[in-house]
Amino acid sequence: MGPQHPSTHGVLRVVLKLDGERVIGSECVIGYLHRGVEKIAENRTYQQFAPYVDRMDYVAAVSNGLGYCEAIEKLMIVEAPPRARVIRTILTELQRIASHLLWLGTHALDIGALTPLFYCFREREEILKILEKYCGARLTTHAFRIGGLQYEAYDTFEKDVERFCKDFESRVVEYETLLTNNRIWIGRTKGIGILTKEDAIAFGVTGPVLRASGVKWDIRKAAPYAAYDQYKFEIPVGTTGDTYDRYLVRMEEMRQSRLICLQAIESIPAGPILAKVGKVLKPPPGEVYHAIEGPKGELGYYVVSDGSVQPYRVRIRPPSFINLQAFDRMVRGHLVADVVAIIGTIDIVLGEVDR
Amino acid sequence: MQAAIQATVDFLKLYWAPLLCGVVIVAVLPLIVGYVVLVERKLMADMQARLGPMRVGPHGLLQPIADAVKLLIKEDIIPEDADKLVFWLAPVFSVGAALLAIGGLAFGPAFQIGVNLNIGLLFVVGISALGIFGIVLGGWASNSHYSLMGALRSAAQLVSYETAAGMALVSGLLLAGTLNIKSIVEAQGSAGVWFGFLAPVAFFTYLVASIAETNRAPFDLPEAESELVAGYMTEFSGFRWSLYFLAEYTNMIVVASVATTLFLGGWLRPFAGIHWFTLKGLNGLDLLDLFPPLLILAVGAYCILRVPRQPTRVQQMFMLVVAGLCFVVALVLVGPVLLSALKPAMAEAVKPFYAGIHGGFWFIFKVSAYIYFFMWLRFTIPRYRFDQLMRLGWHFLIPLSIINVLLVGLSLIVGSYYHLQGWALLLATTPAAILGLVAALIILGIEQKNRARQEAAAAAGFYAG
Repeated sequence: MGPQHPSTHGVLRVVLKLDGERVIGSECVIGYLHRGVEKIAENRTYQQFAPYVDRMDYVAAVSNGLGYCEAIEKLMIVEAPPRARVIRTILTELQRIASHLLWLGTHALDIGALTPLFYCFREREEILKILEKYCGARLTTHAFRIGGLQYEAYDTFEKDVERFCKDFESRVVEYETLLTNNRIWIGRTKGIGILTKEDAIAFGVTGPVLRASGVKWDIRKAAPYAAYDQYKFEIPVGTTGDTYDRYLVRMEEMRQSRLICLQAIESIPAGPILAKVGKVLKPPPGEVYHAIEGPKGELGYYVVSDGSVQPYRVRIRPPSFINLQAFDRMVRGHLVADVVAIIGTIDIVLGEVDR
Repeated sequence: MQAAIQATVDFLKLYWAPLLCGVVIVAVLPLIVGYVVLVERKLMADMQARLGPMRVGPHGLLQPIADAVKLLIKEDIIPEDADKLVFWLAPVFSVGAALLAIGGLAFGPAFQIGVNLNIGLLFVVGISALGIFGIVLGGWASNSHYSLMGALRSAAQLVSYETAAGMALVSGLLLAGTLNIKSIVEAQGSAGVWFGFLAPVAFFTYLVASIAETNRAPFDLPEAESELVAGYMTEFSGFRWSLYFLAEYTNMIVVASVATTLFLGGWLRPFAGIHWFTLKGLNGLDLLDLFPPLLILAVGAYCILRVPRQPTRVQQMFMLVVAGLCFVVALVLVGPVLLSALKPAMAEAVKPFYAGIHGGFWFIFKVSAYIYFFMWLRFTIPRYRFDQLMRLGWHFLIPLSIINVLLVGLSLIVGSYYHLQGWALLLATTPAAILGLVAALIILGIEQKNRARQEAAAAAGFYAG
């Protein structure tokens, strides 16, 4: 299957070993989208490299930017001002909703439900409009800057976010009426691609895939960054770790993200948006690992500095790449049609897998 | 001289009229299908909060023609490793079968394209089932994994659902007592009740089976794009592809027409046997017969209302033309009704037109409703997995339809014993339908239990291995 197949979400190639239509083995062939992002980092200044990370998980560019900026901040031992942190949180949560919406739409389309895709894109469009108004770009936003924000929030920012959050509550219900109790949907997703708790931990998967297997692990709670420690939200957890659980977990995550946004816009502190970092960034020699909870899982940046203006080494821990390792475990014993459902449920973005 | 003219006319009647009908089918049906596709896309757009085709002509009304032209002038690709002859033949086979089946249908009391066969229904079902050859041959000839798998699935699916559909038809035929399409409708007319009411379980089974037979969602496995790219059509492009497409939509019209004929009273008006709305005066004017013209009139009025909101002058003119057409159609529909009401002397003369025009309207109306249901399902429901599909067919629909045939037969015996007729027959058939429902639930229960056991066994075997 692939790399040019309608439902491999980009250029993933899956070599399947079949017995009839039953899968007895699989191998993912990746690298079709490899751009050497980590190597590029070594030849750019810290600030110059920031836009590159947007191109990894291109459906959640804001989260990538947040992770990178915070990693460098940690390296330089500066803190973003409170106002910047709250706005970062709002934008990142909006981006999480957008990413999950894209996942839901394409996942449902793979399983044959045509309509949710368009409903999801309708709401995603609203989020992208907010992002566009904020920083001028819709997809590869480069919204943040090391040390804070690049732009001040525009005048009606709070109002826009609030309106979106108000509408979004009923919209999630709309998706759920189409899918959650649908017999065919349940038949196609329940018991498919089971990943047990032990397997999930052993493979090192993170994000919704891990939580659906019953592990209550979310970096937003475990090691709060940005402004997450100020807000109340739940971590949804699944029980069996099948495709249906992952679907439910992500649906609930969208609701929680909406709640975080609502809490955050209530009181955005006033103040500066950029810490004093200077024009040329020269972090002290040292190394740092900083991880955030991206829409797809733990997104980590390991940055080594030799004291010059360019990073000595940047290593990125992409959630999609590591979650994809569990693919073989999930598809064995299932039918070809389920392979499609399982690719969808891992929620991979090939830009991030290949980097 | 007279004799010569007579002979010519007879000759023309014998050979040219059917030929003309054939030409009409081949020439007009693609156009109809094109517009069915347009309607489908518009409906889909409406349900998905978008506009659908808008560029070609006002509101995309000329889109089907643009699509057809594009498909016809596309490069004709035959894969190098394909079996050329079979590859060439397969779509023709498919579309031929579908078009032939249309020939056997009757769209109104006076309008039947082909001959009024005494085995009409059997002919239609049989011929339309032949279309599967085209699919299998096409999948085989293209020499591609996706195509072959799509074709195999298609064949398996058709065979299993044809059985259920056939059994459902048998239940309907028990009530009709004839295979002749016209007589089936007339039987419903004289009974005063549609067979869909007398055999609801059979209607339901046929509905599900017919969706599967036409490879429509949620049973569109043979062309499931997320798995098999485009199934048996993967290697076909341009004109050949459009032939398959034509066959698929024609088949949809065929199954909808069969269901309409057998279960929904064909060209009969709803409440054909009830005369509550018939006026005493005015030569028995039936108010229900005013519904079709009023409906079309409303559509026309809506078009006129929308004229000021059209952006360009051309679109405004076009909307006016559509409205005018609607008014003409409404006039045609209302003409015979009013004529026979106001001028009793002409009642006899316009009677065939009356019946024909209104019959045609109701038939098309019902077929459209049936197809609308198909489309609605397609936009709403995800796709079945292949094994789930087969299980649904073999473990649920086929037993249910067989049980239903027995139950309908039994209820007919009971009915004739007590001399029940028309609506009164419901007294006998309703308990049968309820029994059918109970049977369905029992089958589902057993099925679920079996599946749970099987899956547990499969999982245990898999992890052990």
